[in-house]
Order: sequence, then structure tokens, then C-alpha cells
Amino acid sequence: MPYDAAHAARPAALARRAPFPFAAIVGQEEMKRALLIAAVDPSIGGVLVFGDRGTGKSTAVRALAALLPPMKVVQGCAYGCDPAAPAGLCAACSGGGPVRTATVPVPVVDLPLGATEDRVVGALDIERALGEGVKAFEPGLLARAHRGFLYIDEVNLLEDHLVDLLLDVAASGENVVEREGISIRHPARFVLVGSGNPEEGELRPQLLDRFGLSVEVRTPEDLPARIEVVKRRDAYERDAEGFVATWRKAEARLRRQIVAARARLAEVAVGDAVLERAARLCMALGTDGLRGELTLVRAARALAALDGEAVLREAHLRAVAASALRHRLRRNPLDETGSTARIERALGELFGA
Amino acid sequence: MPGGALPSPLPDALAAAAIFATDPVGTGVLLRAGPGPARERWLAWLRALWPEEAPLRRVPAGVPDDRLLGGLDLAATLAAGRPVAERGILAACDGGALVLAMSERLPSATAGRIAAAMDAGEVAVQRDGMDLRLPSRFGVVALDEGLAEDEHTPRPIAERLAMHLALAADALPLPAAAAAAAAAGRARLDAVAADAPAVDAVCTVAAALGIASLRAPLQALRVARAAAALAGRDRVEEPDLALAARLVLAPRATRLPPAETAAPDAPADPDPAPAAGERRADGEADPAPLEELLLAAAAAALPAGLLAGLRPGPAPRGARSAAGRAGGARRTLWRGRPAGTRPGPLRGGDRLALVETLRAAAPWQALRRLEAATPARRVIVRREDVRLVRLKAPAQTTTIFAVDASGSAALARLAEAKGAVELLLADCYVRRDTVALIAFRGAAAELVLPPTGSLARARRCLAGLPGGGGTPLAAALDMIAGVADGVARKGRTPVAVLLTDGRANVARDGTPGRARAEQDALDAARRLRAAGLACLLIDTAARPQAAAERLAREMGARYLALPHADAAALSRAVRAGIEAAR
Repeated sequence: MPYDAAHAARPAALARRAPFPFAAIVGQEEMKRALLIAAVDPSIGGVLVFGDRGTGKSTAVRALAALLPPMKVVQGCAYGCDPAAPAGLCAACSGGGPVRTATVPVPVVDLPLGATEDRVVGALDIERALGEGVKAFEPGLLARAHRGFLYIDEVNLLEDHLVDLLLDVAASGENVVEREGISIRHPARFVLVGSGNPEEGELRPQLLDRFGLSVEVRTPEDLPARIEVVKRRDAYERDAEGFVATWRKAEARLRRQIVAARARLAEVAVGDAVLERAARLCMALGTDGLRGELTLVRAARALAALDGEAVLREAHLRAVAASALRHRLRRNPLDETGSTARIERALGELFGA
Repeated sequence: MPGGALPSPLPDALAAAAIFATDPVGTGVLLRAGPGPARERWLAWLRALWPEEAPLRRVPAGVPDDRLLGGLDLAATLAAGRPVAERGILAACDGGALVLAMSERLPSATAGRIAAAMDAGEVAVQRDGMDLRLPSRFGVVALDEGLAEDEHTPRPIAERLAMHLALAADALPLPAAAAAAAAAGRARLDAVAADAPAVDAVCTVAAALGIASLRAPLQALRVARAAAALAGRDRVEEPDLALAARLVLAPRATRLPPAETAAPDAPADPDPAPAAGERRADGEADPAPLEELLLAAAAAALPAGLLAGLRPGPAPRGARSAAGRAGGARRTLWRGRPAGTRPGPLRGGDRLALVETLRAAAPWQALRRLEAATPARRVIVRREDVRLVRLKAPAQTTTIFAVDASGSAALARLAEAKGAVELLLADCYVRRDTVALIAFRGAAAELVLPPTGSLARARRCLAGLPGGGGTPLAAALDMIAGVADGVARKGRTPVAVLLTDGRANVARDGTPGRARAEQDALDAARRLRAAGLACLLIDTAARPQAAAERLAREMGARYLALPHADAAALSRAVRAGIEAAR
């Protein structure tokens, strides 16, 4: 819907400031690794970043958006369908015939806390309905996030009825809209990224389950690292363009790393021995179901691809074990520090120190 | 920040106003003061410094989303026959500032939306069929009138406001506002630089004061830079950093600076601290003089309550921190959480779901225009189109745990009681209840944790609970009644779980004596029953006690002896209590 200029005093003249470069984020290795893994293999199923205030959780997610290599879409498609994957096309694109393609940035869509249901799932296009009497569907945020990332800051404050909407779509990869006489379904596969502070409240267990990786962020405690964070942030705030320019090379290198890892992903060899190790670890920890194991192996494989390796090794499993499993332990749900320690211990027992 | 913060000295309070007027987006003020002439004068002073063209807008705590974020402009939409957007307050305040009235009452959801706009510098409107990003760079002054310990501006907002001030109640004699200086400061701001030693010093001092968040040193730099600009300097110098340390770092301190670097003139420090020079004599690395100076400045501004209340050791992470009660939305029939819409006639109190109503009317417009006698080009809405907002007010429960931590509940039993509470907390997690925690020992009961949705905090509080002393049972029961009353007034259902051996030996007024104490306890118990509160009494004694059973009877509580209670029985009993309460 166009923004009515007559009733808005100021047009959106403000140019958006370039986001803080991903490569310039100091420390927070676990968070950065998880986000890169999700960028390499979106089937991981989302990243939850929980932790202290002021640790750059949302900075990292917004930085990721700028880092991601662009993608090809069917031109004019409201859902950004992938021309190379005819299986997952929307109704309009799967009609057959040649399609024109366009290159666009990967969507990283914000789901603001105050969003209303109609904007999330999509609804009747009210302007066309009023003006032309046409029943047209206006896609929502879920459609826009297809093949990209859906980011929810303060995810634990998200209203329950919006969480309900997300749960189903995140699991099925398809958005089914049945409202105002509209009946439509469209693909909506996205990487769900949530961030929040556990002190604001708990996350619903069902939603927790939708995240493939869960990382904890803490404020760095050593002084040099803290000073470095403040210096970089200060430099960025004073001159965003200049700061981003100095990091352009590092960003490009990271981008190439993602592209290379994606290409290599399918070829990373996963040996039976490593699979057995993963299974043993999950059994020792008593994780629910097979999802933990699957995520663990997938995340480790994506990490191996990022490292440029051809074979999945135990070291990769170890590196991602805490992220992939900490929110899946059958445990006292309040004991958030204990779960990481338990994983470390199980790793030590199974794999040796 | 503890409740009884020391009033900021007048020059600092005024400097904060000038700094805020110089760099509103980069700084922000949390003003803790009751309503009154002092606060009004401070605001008037700020207004005098404020650029004329920039908005400075007061926002009530109960502001609804459609006003805050924007929405569909009803009148304009109907007049135009097409949707017309209306800017919300956040977008309207672009280039200016919000003044959040009674910020301690701000619901956490509203705080989250404001904080998101502060971070992004724009407001994302995904509402009522609109998809807009509007520039929204604003400063925030939060007027915090909180009196009680747990009444605080929500953490997401407080954290993002650089300067934390407390004003004394007596009126301020104000010098004339130097509006010209503020204007000059704004013009100079971008040119002011802070060199590396300044950055190092601010970070070091923040670490010495136990400030975990990295926002604080950044904010201190912004404040120092604005102070330098106001003073007509092109680079940040000592006085600017000292002011920033007082305004930004001191109020956030969670521990005292290490003794050897503490300022000699720290207000509540009775012993003069050793002179800073002594440390150098030890052969340690030279502490930079700039850092000492800042630390001294911050220490001088440390609130009195902090000095008295802080224990050495790790920072009390969240112990008294977040506005625990803000987590629970207030739910009444008219103010529940919107959960879709329903058709129906518009009656008093119902809220019209405007967009849904228009959507319902839309497909018929062509037809209705044909039918209508006057073919006016506007929307024709009929009664059957009307859609109402459906509010869901789920029966939310707050479980109040009261744990007997007295000497008679010997230490081992206290551990078991804690274990039982943890089991129940896990249950609360599944049901998404909120919890409150009362501990009683010695002379009085203490509300360790006001009602909160963060069970992680409840668990931490529980783990740190000390034991020993008398059993002030009556005081504990009175406190349960008080907390339950507050919970009920917020539209939630209170349920109490009392863990005790029932052997009261401290009377209501804090004096020891078994007979009086037991009488007071039974008296308080009857009042609980009269209030109709659903209670569960878990007898923590090694052998079930007659006293506890009698107490349970008088309270109208379910009685469960801990030795016989395994996890499943406990959880069943509490669930039964909740069912009964509904």
C-alpha cells in the first residue's frame, strides 16, 4: 500500500545508514559461527541468540543481511521464487513456460513486536478491494522472508497469537491463508532468527523447538576486548560510511567463504564413525527425538564446509555441539547454565579431553 | 539502581539537560523524581534549551500501539475511500524527543517497541495493511516516579538512556538557561573527537565499577563529547569525562571500585582511602591518572543506597533489577490481548476492528454503489460488515512461593524445600505462569522476588537463599495476602504455596515467643481463608507436624507432607490448587 504523503508530514528522506560490518564484530564467536552456519545451510532451522543486553545481538543479525551474497529470483514474483528449484514454486510461478530471472539481495525481514496478524500472514489488499472491487491478496512478511531470514528481536516478548502463526509456517515451510474469502497458499521457507534477554521472560517451549541452533552471548569480560568493541562502535557511529569502507575487504572475504561453503556443502564426506559419535553424544545427553542429532550433523557439516574441508571431523561436531543441543536437553528448563556444562562434560567423556 | 538514589547535584542535573539538548539521540535521560516543582523546573529548563522546531512530546505510559507506531487514519480513510496512513508518535517525534510520563508503568511490550525504534532510528510499521519504514530518530527522557523497590523503568529503555538522574524534591533555583550555548554545542558536536586514552579510561572505569553492558562506556563517550561541545572544545578533556562518569557510569555501578583506587572523598566511605600514589609504590603497573580521576568522579556520585547495600563479590545479576512486574500484561475484559476479530454489533466498550470492517465491506462496494440512491464515491459500510476486536484474557496464574528459611526448618530440610520449589517452578514454566518468592526467617518476611515471568531469576534467587533464625510465620502469611491482592488487582489468579514446618516462634510485630507467634499465625491464616486464596501448605518437617496441619486447616489450604511428596504428587497438588482457584 502506498504511503499517503498528504497525511505524512515527512517523506522517508533519511537514507538508511549502512549496517555495522559483520567482520568488525569483536569476539562472540559462537553467535557469529551459528549465523554463518545458517547462511550456508538454511535447512538448519533457525538461530536463537539469548543473552545479556548490549552485546550486539541485533547488530550481528543486521550485519549478516549486508554480508549475504545476492540470490536469483523469478522476476516479478511476490514470493521471490527460486528459478533453479521448480519444486518449491508458488502458484503463479509453477505455471510453466520460460521465466525471467533477476538478482536481488537475500531478504532479512524484521518482524516488529507490534505487527498485526494481517501484515504477518498477508491479507486482502484493502486498497484494490475498496477502489476496484477486486479480491487480491497482499502478501505479508512471511512471503517476503521466503528464502531469506525472518528476524524477531525480543522474541520472548512476541505476542502469543503471532507465535502461533509462526510455529506452523516455520515447521511446514508453507503459509496457508484463509481469511476474508481469500484462500491461498504460498511457500515461506525462511531461517528464523530470534534474539532476546532471558530476564524478560521465557520462550514458549514450542517456539524454542523451532530453532535449530541456540547460542548464548555474554558481555566480553577482558578489558582489551571491551575497549576494542567500544572503539569500533564509536568509530562506526561517528562515520559509518568510512568505517564500513575500511572493512569492505574483510567482508568480501567472508562473503566468498560463504559462497564457497555452499558449493562445497553437498560434497563434505560424513563418515559412519562421526555419525556414530554424534548419535552417542545425543544418547548420552538424552535429547528428545532425532532432530538434535540431525541438526548437530548438519551444523557440523556446514562448519566443515566453511572451514574449506572435504571431510566432517570430530572437531566440527565438538565446535557446534553446545549450539545444536543446549536447548534440547530434557532437563530442568530453568537451568540454562547447567545445560552447556552438561554438554561439555559429555563431550569430554565421549571424545576425551 | 536501588530505590533511594542520592539526588544528583544541581549542576550535574542541569548539565545533563544541556547535554541531552545537544545530542538527544545519542544520550537520553532517566529522571527519577516524583512529580513536583523540581521536576517541572528541570523540564522547563530543558525546554528552554530545546531547539524550537524540534518536537518534545509527552507520551503516557498506556499509549496503545496504533498511536505509538501509527495505523490507519479512520476519518481520512473513510473520506478518501482509500486507506490513508496516520503517523504514530514515534515517527512524529523524528528529530525531537519523547518524554515518557510515569515510565515505571510502561508495559514491557511498549518498552520493546520504543527500544527497537531507538536502535534502528526508524519505526517499522507492519500494521493494518500498512508496510512502512519511517525515519524516527528521537531522544528519550523517561520520567520515573517509582517509589517501591520493584517499580522501575523497564530495563530495555533504562539501559538505552545514557544519563540517570535523581532529583531532590525541593525546588531548584535555576540559573538562566543558556539556549545559545546549546545551539552552539549542537553545531560543534560532530567535530568533537575523543582520543584513544579517553576511550581506554572510560572502559577501564566501567569495568572497575562492575558495569557489564558495553552500552555504558559508549554512552559515556557520547555524553563526554556533548559536554566538550557545550564547553566549546574540539576534543574531549578531563572535565567532560568526569561529568560523564558521574552521570552515566556511577548510577550503573554494581560494585565499589577496588579499595586502592577508591576516591578519598567517596561519601559513605568512613576511612580515608589510601592515596592513589601508594599503589604505584607496590611496583604494580602505573594506573593512568585519567582513570583515577574518572573513578574518583564516579565514586563521588555513587548513590548512597549502593554503598550501603552492595556486598563485595560478583555483580548481583538481575537480583533486584528488571521491572519484574512489567512482564505480566494487565488483563481485564476490555484490555486483553487482541486475538483476531469477530463480527457483531458495536456496543459500548467493544473495540471496532476498523481494518477488518473495511475488508468485510470492500467486496460489496461496487454493488452497493449501484444500489445507493446517491452514487457518492465513498465507502458504504453496513451493519453486517462491522468487525470487533476479540480480546483474549487467558486465566493467567501467579504462584506465590513462601519458603520457611528459619533455623527450625533445619538446613537439610531447607535444601529439600528448595528442591520442591524448583520442581514446581519447572511446572510453572510449562504453564507459563509468573511466580513470586517470599522468604521468611529471623524477624520478618521478605519479598525476595516480586511477581515475574523470568523463572531463571526465580531460580537464582532461590539458590542464594540463606537459612537460620526464628520463624515469623504471621508476617509471612500477611505478606502472602498482600502480594496475592496485588496480583489479583492485575487480573491474574494468585495461588500460594507455603513451605514450612508450621512452628511459628516470632510474632507479627517481630518479637519472639511461641504462644503469641502461633496465635498471630492462626489469625493471619484465617484472614487468608477469608480472602478465598487458593493455598497449598507443604510441611517440610521430617515428621508431619500437627501444627502445620492445623495451620493448613485454618488457611483452607491443601496439606501435603514433604516426606511423602515426590515430584509427581507435588505437581498434582499445585495443579489441583490452581483448578480450584479458577
